[in-house]
Amino acid sequence: MLYDLGYFALVIAFALALYAACAAVFGAAGASHLHLQQAQAQVQVSSPAHADTYHDGALGARTKRPQFVESARNAALVVFLLLTLCVLIIIYGLAMLDFNVAYVADVSSRAMSPFLRVTALWGGQQGSLLFWAWMMSGFAAAVMIRKWRRDRELMPYVIFVTMGTLAFFIGLSLFITDPFARLWHNPLTDEIITALWQPRGMMVFTPQDGQGLNPLLRHFGMIGHPPTTYVGFTGFVIPFAFAIAALITGKAGGDEWIRTTRRWTLVAWLFLSIGLVLGGRWAYDVLGWGGYWGWDPIENAMLMPWLTGTAFLHSMMIQEKRGMLKVWNIVLIILTYSLSIFGTFITRTGVVGSVHAFSKSAMGPSFLIFVAVTFLGSLALMFKRLDTLKSDHELDSLLSRESAFLLQNLLFLGITFAVFWGTIFPMISELVTGTKITVGPPFFKQVTGPLFAALVLLMGIGPLFAWRKQATAKLGKSLLIPFAGSVIVTLIAAFAHWPRHPFPLALFGLWLVSLAALTTLFEFWRGARARMQSQGENFFAALGHLMWRNRRRYGGYIIHLGMAMMALGVVGDEFFKAETQGTVGVGESLAVENYTLRFDSLRQYPGSDGRDIVEASASLYRDGEFVMTLKPRRDFFVTQQQPVTVPAVYSTPGADVYVLLVGWEDIGRSASTFKIYVNPLINWVWAGGITFIIGTLIAAWSSLDDKRAASYVIRPVVGRAASLSEV
Amino acid sequence: METVTQTPTSAADERVRPNPWMRAGRWIAFLLVAGLIALLAWGVVKANNGPVNSGLAPDFTLTTFDGRVITLSQLRGQVVVVNFWASWCVPCRQEADYLERTWRQYQDRGVVFIGVNWVDTDKEARVFLDEFGITYINGPDLGTRIAQAYRIRGIPETFFVDKAGQLRAMKIGPFAPPELENRIDELLKEQ
Amino acid sequence: MTRKLILSLLAIAASFMVVAVVYAQSGYPTDDDVNRVAKQLYCPVCPNTPLDVCETKACQDWRADIKDKLAVGWTDEQVIEYFVQRYGERVLAEPRRSGFTSFVWFLPVVSVAIGLVVLAQILRGWKAKHRAAVAAPTAQAGDIPPEVLQRLEKELKKIS
Repeated sequence: MLYDLGYFALVIAFALALYAACAAVFGAAGASHLHLQQAQAQVQVSSPAHADTYHDGALGARTKRPQFVESARNAALVVFLLLTLCVLIIIYGLAMLDFNVAYVADVSSRAMSPFLRVTALWGGQQGSLLFWAWMMSGFAAAVMIRKWRRDRELMPYVIFVTMGTLAFFIGLSLFITDPFARLWHNPLTDEIITALWQPRGMMVFTPQDGQGLNPLLRHFGMIGHPPTTYVGFTGFVIPFAFAIAALITGKAGGDEWIRTTRRWTLVAWLFLSIGLVLGGRWAYDVLGWGGYWGWDPIENAMLMPWLTGTAFLHSMMIQEKRGMLKVWNIVLIILTYSLSIFGTFITRTGVVGSVHAFSKSAMGPSFLIFVAVTFLGSLALMFKRLDTLKSDHELDSLLSRESAFLLQNLLFLGITFAVFWGTIFPMISELVTGTKITVGPPFFKQVTGPLFAALVLLMGIGPLFAWRKQATAKLGKSLLIPFAGSVIVTLIAAFAHWPRHPFPLALFGLWLVSLAALTTLFEFWRGARARMQSQGENFFAALGHLMWRNRRRYGGYIIHLGMAMMALGVVGDEFFKAETQGTVGVGESLAVENYTLRFDSLRQYPGSDGRDIVEASASLYRDGEFVMTLKPRRDFFVTQQQPVTVPAVYSTPGADVYVLLVGWEDIGRSASTFKIYVNPLINWVWAGGITFIIGTLIAAWSSLDDKRAASYVIRPVVGRAASLSEV
Repeated sequence: METVTQTPTSAADERVRPNPWMRAGRWIAFLLVAGLIALLAWGVVKANNGPVNSGLAPDFTLTTFDGRVITLSQLRGQVVVVNFWASWCVPCRQEADYLERTWRQYQDRGVVFIGVNWVDTDKEARVFLDEFGITYINGPDLGTRIAQAYRIRGIPETFFVDKAGQLRAMKIGPFAPPELENRIDELLKEQ
Repeated sequence: MTRKLILSLLAIAASFMVVAVVYAQSGYPTDDDVNRVAKQLYCPVCPNTPLDVCETKACQDWRADIKDKLAVGWTDEQVIEYFVQRYGERVLAEPRRSGFTSFVWFLPVVSVAIGLVVLAQILRGWKAKHRAAVAAPTAQAGDIPPEVLQRLEKELKKIS
């Protein structure tokens, strides 16, 4: 049977992952010792061209039993293939509607389109966990194929960490949430049970139809959100594994692990960002509350690794350029990975109440052990190796890029802590006082708001600071124009809106955002102008060349611009959002701000995917002029007995008019209740998100350029400079 | 650019000097992480805990909708059926009639029914009580304290307390005849 | 606790006379009035859902309840206080700033403040070290071959 095959593949993958973890360490055992002597002996400088021979020569001496490491690597690759097979089998079951499989019966149904059936792979606990493991094994395999020659000393431990983690996740699939379990019917007691093998005396049971995917998940945002989030979460295992490997081998003092993992971190971070944006869009389109971020524990759990990941991406630059903050970077990557594990833990074990949690499962205790081992283990290892992480910290001036980065790190960690604390505090409260409490959006907005504002300011002026020391006069000069510009923008906004929206805080926010955006744009302009003068190019050619030559830097600036755009959207949404709700008869209107909505009619009809739709038709007027007809509706999914409110949105760069059908009179359908939100500037959030993603792609692109990257790998030189300071 | 070469001596000096702050920091870090893990462990236990189903029934005092005050521990010697419900709960409607019928049948035989109205509005709760003509004790669970003490997971949930005040059985979901009679008869037989 | 509730109900009843006058002009509460209060509350049964956007039957009942209470002249605060008494503190969207829950508020603020102080200390220390290092002779001849230094410089220029 196909599913038995899948199960066996899972068993073998589990065994191989365990084997790979053990074999890699066994193969490398005792190596770090030798390796240190080796490193000290290797003081002569070799050029990049010789780097490979240097490594190959060293490897024999460093790795005691290279054949075991090779074998571990092969096992890791096979794990990926086996998990791919498992995933394909589940997808096959979902697409072919094999309702005998419990998972298929849970998340797939006849009424679902083939595309949705495939995406049901991550629509439930069992499937998504398998999918998660598959992603992680994919990352591990990619690392082993790409980096095998370059980081051979670290590789055994990278295999150890990734495969150990993977073994745990495969184990969960295998022992607790088996995706291949099938349904059986007991004719004596008329019970349906879920089991892998046919229990004695029971018959195969195949329901006529499945439950189908949760209606809320049938949206492009929710189709893209889980995979991108998983790539983000699982992707952080690679930098983490390299950091742990560097700690174990005593090589964390060098910068290899930072350089090797920069792109992996960027990729994981990029996908986490995409996941966040898609999740926000999904919430906005589907959850029907006119917002995109509810500060729910699980949303927070996703935000936290992103925050620390952002801090890490910045502070790793200090280590690259100045050789400082080695301990701090290790702390940050461990924190980032731990937070993504923490996020997975609270999402899947139901320890906190959340809208997004998976249904409860029995994986709590084993997952907890994994969390404890990961957290405490990496902490202990880090403290043990603290002495290899010595770096000379010097600061020429308090006004420097270094200080700006450190302040930025502090702010990011401050926000992370506030979010973390607010997320776990209900548990603490219940444990200590026995009172259940809620920590909702007002808390998070008030506590993180000022910190985010400070970050936006820093994002604007920070990039102007030079490494080591920034001359105050020069800073003033480069700030003058953006500053003047931002003041003008703010004043214009104040004159235009003050009578209607007298919010000083909002104006302050606008000033911050415009300052950040203008300084960033001004940087583009300055760079391009310099090129125009020196190379005689026209503006666009200069700008293009400038960005192409410094993808990492200008990609970063574009990310900053995207953030500023998002911040603008947040300011608009926070301060100027308007809403109203009311019940109106046919022909009557409901007004909010300068918009009027006239209720025209209501109709009921059956829709696709097994839903029953009640749809209102209403005309939207702005300042008395007809704009468009909006059709907010309520879809009722009959099988799941679940209503989904589908908003109708009139969307412009200035504001969204977001209309919900809240209720209606059953008899005669002569009156309906609408809720209207006017969400100013909300589209800047999405536009900012897209800009942000483009910027990240540009920044990540630069390191894909291997030739350029190779010039960084003058490791004997770098290694020596670092080790000199340690002698 | 000359600072690329760093002074080798200063770093070496520093390494030998043990730093008491660092040591304290390590301990604090470990304690914090251990504390977090303990908190999560408690969370896991709590998430996997079902309703209480044995031992002394958690005591509570209920102010009924008609203003009487009832305390569970003062009902010793009688069999007590504690039923958690709400007006918005569909399965609660299924069992309401059966509960009331059973209560009328047993009310003179040392059996007390207590309806605990869990997170509901007073208005809807009263409508529900009128609709099903419910006459046994009913009152709101103020601050959901009773529900928390019994760790209910949802409604309807029903607990059986014997004459000695011990929790003897619990049921998740609505009743169908003759479940109630069976349980109550069993508990009534005891001394 | 019951006594507390009765007391607070008495207080509410007593305040009717005062409030009723104020509310008499504003007329029957609108949906917007209800949402204004509901926004500050969480649904007591749903996992983490604000009361103003929650769509279950129970939430509709609660919103109707809020409307009834506003209609007879309760203030927003009285309605919220009633909800806390009746359904527990978990209905508050914003944890209280007093009692145990004040921890949730002040700890992040305190830790960021401590962080700032520590960061300032660290930076100052590094700066002092730099001053000392500049004063002392830095590079030792022969540490790094000059051609490597040259290359490093070139690299640094390229990347910065």
